[in-house]
Amino acid sequence: MRYHTPTTFAEAAGIAAAAQGVTRFLAGGTDVLVQMRAGMVLPDDLIDLKKIDGVDRIDPTPEGGWRIGVAVPGIALGAHEALRADWPGVVEGMELVGSTQIQGRATLVGNLCNGSPAADSVPGLVAAGAMAEITGPDGGRVVPVADIPAGPGRTTLQPGEVISALLLPPRGTAGGDAYLRFIPRTEMDIAVVGCAVNLRCDGDTVTEASVVLGAVAPTVVSVPAASAAIIGTALDDTALGTLAEAASAACRPIDDKRGTIAFRTEVAGVLAKRAARIAHARAKGENA
Amino acid sequence: MSKVHVTTTVNGDAVEFLADPRETLLDCLRDHVGLTGTKEGCGTGDCGACSVEMEGVLVCSCLVLGVEANGKRVDTIEGMSDGHDLHPLQRKFIEHAALQCGFCTPGFLVAAKALLARSPDPTEEEVRYWLAGNLCRCTGYDKIVRAVMDAAAEMRQEAA
Amino acid sequence: MAKDGLTEFRLIGTRPDRPDGLDKVTGRARYGADFALPGMLFGAVVRSPHAHARIVRIDTSRALALEGVKAVVTRADLPDGLEGEDWDLQENTLAGDRALYDGHAVAAVAATSRLLAEEAARLIEVDYEVLPHVIDVDDAIRPDAPVIRQGAADASVPEGMPPNVVRYMEFGHGDIEAGFAEADIVRERSYRTEAAHQGYIEPHACVGQLGADGAGEMWVCTQGQWYIRRMCAAVLGLETAQLRVTPSEIGGGFGGKTTIFMEPLSLALSRKAGGRPVKIVMSRAEVLRATGPTASASMDVRIGMKKDGTITAARAEFRMQGGAFPGAPVDMALYCAFAPYKLPAVQHIGYDVLANRPKCAAYRAPGSPMGAFAVESLLDEMCRELGIDPVEMRLTNAVREGDRASYGPTFGSIGLVEVLEAAKGHPNMAAPLGPNQGRGIASGYWFNHSGETSVSMAISEDGTAQVSVGTPDIGGSRASIALMVAERLGIPYEDVRVNVVETGALGVNEPTHGSRATFASGKAAVVAAEQAIAEMCRRAAAEWGIDAEAVEWVDGAAQPAGPNAGRFPPMTIAEIAGKMGQTGGPISGHHEGLPEGVGASFGAHVVDVEVDPETGRVTILRYVVVQDAGRAIHPAYVEGQYQGGAVQGIGWALNEEYVYDDRGRLANPAFLDYRVPVASDLPMIDTVIVEVPNPGHPYGVRGVGETGITPPLPAIANAIEDAVGVRLTHLPMSPSKVLAALKGRG
Repeated sequence: MRYHTPTTFAEAAGIAAAAQGVTRFLAGGTDVLVQMRAGMVLPDDLIDLKKIDGVDRIDPTPEGGWRIGVAVPGIALGAHEALRADWPGVVEGMELVGSTQIQGRATLVGNLCNGSPAADSVPGLVAAGAMAEITGPDGGRVVPVADIPAGPGRTTLQPGEVISALLLPPRGTAGGDAYLRFIPRTEMDIAVVGCAVNLRCDGDTVTEASVVLGAVAPTVVSVPAASAAIIGTALDDTALGTLAEAASAACRPIDDKRGTIAFRTEVAGVLAKRAARIAHARAKGENA
Repeated sequence: MSKVHVTTTVNGDAVEFLADPRETLLDCLRDHVGLTGTKEGCGTGDCGACSVEMEGVLVCSCLVLGVEANGKRVDTIEGMSDGHDLHPLQRKFIEHAALQCGFCTPGFLVAAKALLARSPDPTEEEVRYWLAGNLCRCTGYDKIVRAVMDAAAEMRQEAA
Repeated sequence: MAKDGLTEFRLIGTRPDRPDGLDKVTGRARYGADFALPGMLFGAVVRSPHAHARIVRIDTSRALALEGVKAVVTRADLPDGLEGEDWDLQENTLAGDRALYDGHAVAAVAATSRLLAEEAARLIEVDYEVLPHVIDVDDAIRPDAPVIRQGAADASVPEGMPPNVVRYMEFGHGDIEAGFAEADIVRERSYRTEAAHQGYIEPHACVGQLGADGAGEMWVCTQGQWYIRRMCAAVLGLETAQLRVTPSEIGGGFGGKTTIFMEPLSLALSRKAGGRPVKIVMSRAEVLRATGPTASASMDVRIGMKKDGTITAARAEFRMQGGAFPGAPVDMALYCAFAPYKLPAVQHIGYDVLANRPKCAAYRAPGSPMGAFAVESLLDEMCRELGIDPVEMRLTNAVREGDRASYGPTFGSIGLVEVLEAAKGHPNMAAPLGPNQGRGIASGYWFNHSGETSVSMAISEDGTAQVSVGTPDIGGSRASIALMVAERLGIPYEDVRVNVVETGALGVNEPTHGSRATFASGKAAVVAAEQAIAEMCRRAAAEWGIDAEAVEWVDGAAQPAGPNAGRFPPMTIAEIAGKMGQTGGPISGHHEGLPEGVGASFGAHVVDVEVDPETGRVTILRYVVVQDAGRAIHPAYVEGQYQGGAVQGIGWALNEEYVYDDRGRLANPAFLDYRVPVASDLPMIDTVIVEVPNPGHPYGVRGVGETGITPPLPAIANAIEDAVGVRLTHLPMSPSKVLAALKGRG
């Protein structure tokens, strides 16, 4: 295995584009090293992105959003008060990934590029409308994070392409987001179901909403019907009931070692309700 | 598979070794640096037995490549006591019988030390969640949590 | 609470620092993977990816061609002609003509580095012809199930039984039908438990070295160095005494490190590599796929009860699979199932069934948790139906000293009634419960065990003592043995050093299993100390010119037994030891045998849970373990056994299970999805140490290690029903299962 430490994303993309065998990018490494250890992935070229300037930074964008470097670990994300104030759901999604130790290394981009339908940080990013800045051998492009996952273990990134940053939009006023997941234990598990809700309010009334589910389909799924169920409401019980039904109806899960189809479908609705309540409270400036 | 020359600081000592880039920091500490106090329980970041601090950040050394430690400071269980003076956590683990087989103990101690550095007065819940990535199969965690809380209390008293 | 509460001890019952504590908090303690030797090679094992397959061809040429690869071993390198358990061990070490489970070892390779060995293992080509497989015990017992092995059944199996039944048992006493006829209600239910793994955090690891002369050495993490020696010698056809096995510190065992897995491979590879030592360290995935989990069980229980709670008759039929080899602990499960109850009539039927899974190993009170899950669950349901308090029902039927046990023998001194009374009076029993919260109680039992034991003790020149024991220290046994020896010798605890020694240093010892280390090694160590005391009294008597019988040992010194014996100042152990070279040579004691007088340990657990009715999550709110220790030598480590056992039981009850895919491959061979409890899952685990001293031990010790894993399984099921009114009969009681039951899908 060749270990590369490029100092620019263009150089990283160039190495990846020229590589013949199995290639992996290394940011936090908490997925790649596990796969290497299990013998599932034996890279010929491993490209460490951490020597690239700025990858460990969280910067405000001119528009009022945030630009998050690809090597920012969960622990740094969680410690960034201003980012957390804007996007608590995104931050808590990342913070749910693994243990304290994992938080010292794991990154949003790694969680996204691992391609797991159960990735905890991805529903929150999609619900927030986050964008991914991509550097490729032929230049750059910016795409919605929602367009990156392609199925279990797969992304839409082309050979040689590397995500060079994540972009969160401006929070704006009266907005709130939240992410909840269900796991059998209290920590250390992969989500059996995950749900992010991002919404904006006018007073008590929800004016915009995005509901995104994880671990219930081959990729994270946005559920427009669930969003519609709460827009125009003050999150009364009827609206929450409709939200839960819409969330459950959008599930296309599998039975596996982590949960059953029936369980995932049922609990998706439960989490949608609970996450919506938290996001609603946050949007109204209540402590939640 | 050419090896990479790695220069690092382990427990304050300058250390050099040659690492196969596939080797983890855990492998390098154990096999090249000769520090076997850091344990492998899973190799996948699920048990915390390999906990070390790198640049002051708590990590699983099984999920860090040895080559990534180049130029970095690494702190392991072997550096926790000051000569014969045990860290309060080490003393409290013995005093509270917070270990049975002792295999997970180095990881717990390193992780607990990182907790107390940022949260000198943790609640029981905080201790339990911070240490959720450290598996212990012997104790049921009761005495570990008590030992950490007691060490924190003693350290607060000393600091006061 | 102790029956002889007047006895006062200087050290017994105190909580000194454990002697191995310093090494274990500083990272100095050496565990299995921490050993290295000059010239050492590293081994890796090739494992079957199939649940059941004929091995058509193994091509090792590409691996051997790799520079740095020094040896490859396949079954062809092991001797033929083994029988019985030895054959099973050999077959499990390396597959013969068929791979019998996912993860079954097929070949092994040694190379100059671990990475190289792993690379070489990937280059060994194995052609398989996949065969039909069977995983579940109820499928495996069907007459038309895929046959794991012809002719594996022993003489206990009647003609005409299904082909995978390898042991059958039927026993009991009393008129079972009359008993059921006498009952006011008779209820019957079926229960299932899934395989759980011991989950020790330290993976198996060893360094083995074997020369062409058949003499070898091994450093290994094990509960029993003599077992490793005997089993390796059998599998490889060596002379047992030519192997010397040194136990490392051990990172947990819980029964799972009482047998061999890859250890013979390190020796076989070493022999083929010119005698260079070979280190093999398992990965976690290997540990879960190929080392012993416990059995899975399918159980039917029928109980008759009068309205006042008296049990009139009971019947249990248990079917267990323990993998592709005989040995599921169905016998133990049956012995323990009804052990807390005095029964006029009881019938037990058991089937040991083969399936395409790893060979089961012992796991803390083997079998007892499964049986308790079934019996204690059904009893709780019957109490609920009859409106009887579950603790009172247990007291009504509790076995006492002199009662006939459900499995035959007559109980000696036991403390079940004392345990139940203590549980009844515990404050947790009165704690208020909120919505969706419930309380459950259950009893548990383990026999405890003695077994082959050999201990030596020697007095040093300065009057300190060293004790050599053969039982590895997993949870503080050095401390408890040092306390007992120091108590007896009348010297400070710190003056006794307990060493866990290698096979060359003592006669055969059984492993640290069966909750026996503090009982058996402790008892033998006290006998050895008494021999040394007798010798020291003789030395003092000789110096004083009086009869040895006229000298007694008090507070670490010899003194005349009374005024008639003569007037001499006490002669301390240090004085006697200081001149032993001039008074007759070394002073020591040695005891070996099968220490008699094992005392059984009963326990009862009370758990409060809260169930989330929307997700099925069960949260443990409060937990108390009450158990009879006989006497707690070092109470902190007794509590530790109680707490650790309870939490393992909680894990088994709620989330731990072996999950297989439709091809028979283990789907969760990692701690990520084999979900042992984490710190944030749990509350503090309260303990009550009941002390009904065991008359068979000089300090009243019963074993305490195992009983604690048994009650949590049914106690939690009982608490869930109390909380939300649904009865779970299939472990684990994971959120998916609890929610399904709540939604009527169960």
